[in-house]
Amino acid sequence: MRRRTFVKGLAVTSLLTLTTTDAEARTRSKQLNNRNILTGNEFFLDIDYTPVNITGKNAVATTINGQIPGPTLAWREGETVTLHVTNHLKKTSSIHWHGIILPTGMDGVPGLSFDGIAPGETFTYTFKVQQHGTYWYHSHSGFQEQTGVYGTIVIKPRKKEPFAYDKDYVVLLSDWSDEKPDTIYKKLKQMSHYYNFSQRTVGTFLDEVKEKGFSNAFSDRKMWNQMRMNDRDLSDVTGYTYTFLMNGKNPATQFKALFNKGEKIRLRFVNAAAMTFFDVRIPGLKMTVVAADGNHVKPVSIEEFRIGVAETFDVIVEPTVHKAYAIFAQSIDRSGYAMGSLTPKTSMLVKAPAMDPKPVLIHTDMGMDMAQMDHGEGMKCGSGMMMSSKKGLKKDKYVKMESQRYPITQLPMKHGLHTTMKALSPKYRLDDPGVGLRNNGRKVLTYADLKNRYSTRKARKPDREIILHLTGNMERYMWSINGIKYADSKPLAFHYGERIRITFINDTMMNHPMHLHGMWSDLETGDDNHLVRKHTVVVQPGAKISYRVTVDARGAWAYHCHMLYHMAGMFRKVVVA
Amino acid sequence: MKKIVFGLIAIIALGQSVHADMEDDPLVTIFIMDRLEILDNDENTRVWEGSFWIGYDINKLYLYSEGEATSGGLESSQNELVYSRAIAAFWDAQIGVAYDKNDDASKTWGEIAISGLAPYYFETRAALLVNGEGNVGLRLEAEYEALLTQKLILTPSLEADLYTKDDPDMHIGSGLSNLEAGLRLRYEFIREFAPYIGITWEKTFGNTRDYHPIDETSVMVGVRFWF
Repeated sequence: MRRRTFVKGLAVTSLLTLTTTDAEARTRSKQLNNRNILTGNEFFLDIDYTPVNITGKNAVATTINGQIPGPTLAWREGETVTLHVTNHLKKTSSIHWHGIILPTGMDGVPGLSFDGIAPGETFTYTFKVQQHGTYWYHSHSGFQEQTGVYGTIVIKPRKKEPFAYDKDYVVLLSDWSDEKPDTIYKKLKQMSHYYNFSQRTVGTFLDEVKEKGFSNAFSDRKMWNQMRMNDRDLSDVTGYTYTFLMNGKNPATQFKALFNKGEKIRLRFVNAAAMTFFDVRIPGLKMTVVAADGNHVKPVSIEEFRIGVAETFDVIVEPTVHKAYAIFAQSIDRSGYAMGSLTPKTSMLVKAPAMDPKPVLIHTDMGMDMAQMDHGEGMKCGSGMMMSSKKGLKKDKYVKMESQRYPITQLPMKHGLHTTMKALSPKYRLDDPGVGLRNNGRKVLTYADLKNRYSTRKARKPDREIILHLTGNMERYMWSINGIKYADSKPLAFHYGERIRITFINDTMMNHPMHLHGMWSDLETGDDNHLVRKHTVVVQPGAKISYRVTVDARGAWAYHCHMLYHMAGMFRKVVVA
Repeated sequence: MKKIVFGLIAIIALGQSVHADMEDDPLVTIFIMDRLEILDNDENTRVWEGSFWIGYDINKLYLYSEGEATSGGLESSQNELVYSRAIAAFWDAQIGVAYDKNDDASKTWGEIAISGLAPYYFETRAALLVNGEGNVGLRLEAEYEALLTQKLILTPSLEADLYTKDDPDMHIGSGLSNLEAGLRLRYEFIREFAPYIGITWEKTFGNTRDYHPIDETSVMVGVRFWF
C-alpha cells in the first residue's frame, strides 16, 4: 500500500544539499521573513540536478540554486532587473516570469519567445519591472516545473500600499512526486484513472438506493453512465504519488511562520503545483484578501479560499491568541495536504486538522441543471435569507454579463475524438465556491468577491469577443481547446491596440487555470467598474467565464491551461501584430 | 505474416511522422496480462488472455493473445495483430489478421473490429473475421468492472463466437459456436498487480458441440498484471 496521506518518511530533511548562492545576492530582506531571498537588480540563477529526500526516498530534483523552491526574488517596481540563468541540465531549460509584463523575448517560453537555454548555456533576461505584488517564476520546458524549478517573485511597490502589516511571509504550495513526470504522464495515457483511489464503488450506489430507492438512484446515475463521466474525477494526479509541500516542507517537517500576538501578518500564497488545486484555511483565523495575482483587490474577509494552479493570493491575518495555528492547504480531492504552522515560537507546532469529505461532482459541474444548484445554495446555513436575496442581485448582474454583445470572431471547433462532454447550458458561476466547498459552513472566497481596489470605470469596452471551449477526452487523456490540440491548431490572431473579450466555456469536469502570457486578464466578476486584474483565471467545470484583455504587447505569446499534464494539448499560440 | 506486421508498423509510423516533435502525444506501450489462471478441472487447464499495444493517442498497434494449455501441451490459442485507430471519443476501429491454432491445425483470418467503452462502462469488442475458405466469424466480448472497494474489483465477463460455416479441423461449427461467462474477483495490491479468484462457465453449441463438447463450470485462481 503506497498510498499516503501526506508523506511516507517522517524524519526527513527537505534537501540534502543546499548549494551556496551568489554572495552578492544573499542579503536578506528585512521585511520578508522567508529564508533564501535574493535582492538587488542583478540575479544569478543556476538550474541544476540536486539530490533530494522529500518522502523518505532519495530522488533527484531539478532546482534553482540548489533549493526547492528556488530563491524568492525581491524586485522593486520601476527598476530594471537583470537575471543570468544558467542551465546545468542535460536538456534545454527556461525560466518564465509568471504574470510579469515584459517584452516577448524575455518571457522565457521556448519556441515562442526564444530558443530556450541549451545545456551549459546562460541566458540573460533583462526588463523593466512595471508592476508590484506577488508573482512567481518557473521553467517552461518539459515537465521541469514538476521536479522543482519554481520560486516566488515579490515586487515592492513604488507607492505605499493601502494596507498595513507587521510581518510578511511567502507561502508557496507545490506537489512533489518521486516518480518521474514522464512516468506519470505515461501512466495517465495508459490508464487515466491510475491515481484515483476515490472512485464510486458498488457500496456508493447501494447507499443511494437505500436513500432514494432503486429507480431514482438508477436514473440519477443514468446520464453519468451514458456519458461515461466520473463524478469522482477531481484530480488526475493525487496524493497517491504526490507529497504536498509548503515552502518546500512537507507536513512533517513543517514550514513555520512566526508571529507575536496582535501582529498583522501578510501571507503571500502562491500555487506553484504542477497539478494540484488547494483549499486553504487557517482554522481559528479570518483572512483578509488584499491582492489576487499580484493586484490589489477590495479587502474581503473570508475563512477559506481555493487557489488554482498558478494563482496567487495575498491575505492578512491577525492572530490574537498565543498559540500555533495551522496553515492548512488540502488538495481539492482530499487525497492529502500541505501544512505549516503560524506560531509564536518554532517549538510550538500544530497537529493537522481533519480533512473535509471527498467532494463529489454534481450536474452543475457538467454544465447542466442549474436548478439543482440553486436548491443547494438556498439551503446555505445560517443566513439563508440574506444569501438568497443577495444571490438574486448577483444573478441579475450575470444576466447583464450574458447579454453583453460584441462582434464575435468565429474560431474553428471540432467535435468528436477530443471531446467527451459538452456543457449544455454553461453559466457564469462566479459566486460558486466550487465542488467540495459549497455549503461547508465557512465563508469561502469566490471570484464574485474579488473587486479591483481601483476603479476600472474608464477602461475601454471590448471591440470584439472570442469564445474558447476547453475540451478533453479523459478516457484517452487528451486535452484541447475547441476540440483541437495545440499541435493541430492555428495561432490566435490578436490585433495590437484592440481590447478583446475572451469567454471560456469549460466542456470538461475539471477546473482549468487559464494563463495568458504578456497581457493582463481583466476578469468580469459582476461589476464592470471594478474588473479584477489577473494573470491566471480558473474556469470551473461546466462553467463559463469572461475577461477582457487590452492587447498592448506585440509578439508571440503562450496561452494555456496551467495544469502541467493538460498543457501540451490545451494550449494556443497568440500572435499580436 | 511478417510482411503484414511491417506493413502495420509502417502505417503507424507514417501516421505519426507529421507530429513527430509533439510533446503531448508520446509513444506509449503497455503489456497487460488480463488473465493468467489455473482452472480447477480434471486437466488443470491453464488459461491466458493478454494484450500488448504500442502507439499514440490516435494510432496504435495491438497484439491480442488468448488460449489454453493442459498438461498435454498447448490446446488452442487465438492471436490477433491489428492496427487500431481512434474513430470516436470512446471507440477504436481495428483492422488486421487473426491466427488460430489448436493441437492439430491452424487458420489465418482477415479481421476488422470495433473496440471501446460502451455507455454504462462496458468494455466491449466485436470482431468480424473472414478466412480463405469463405468462413465468416463474429467474436463478441463484454466486460464490466464493479468496484467493491477501491482495490477489490469484481469483473463479470461474457464472450460469444459465431461462424457461418463448419470447420471440423478447427472444431468450429456454424451458428453460435460457444459461449463463455466469467466472474472474477481481484485485489489490486497496486494497480499493476492483482491476484484473483473466479468462476467460469463455458459451453459449446450446434456442430461445435459435436466436434468438441464442452459444458463446464470451473473455479479458478489467477493473477492479473501489467507494465
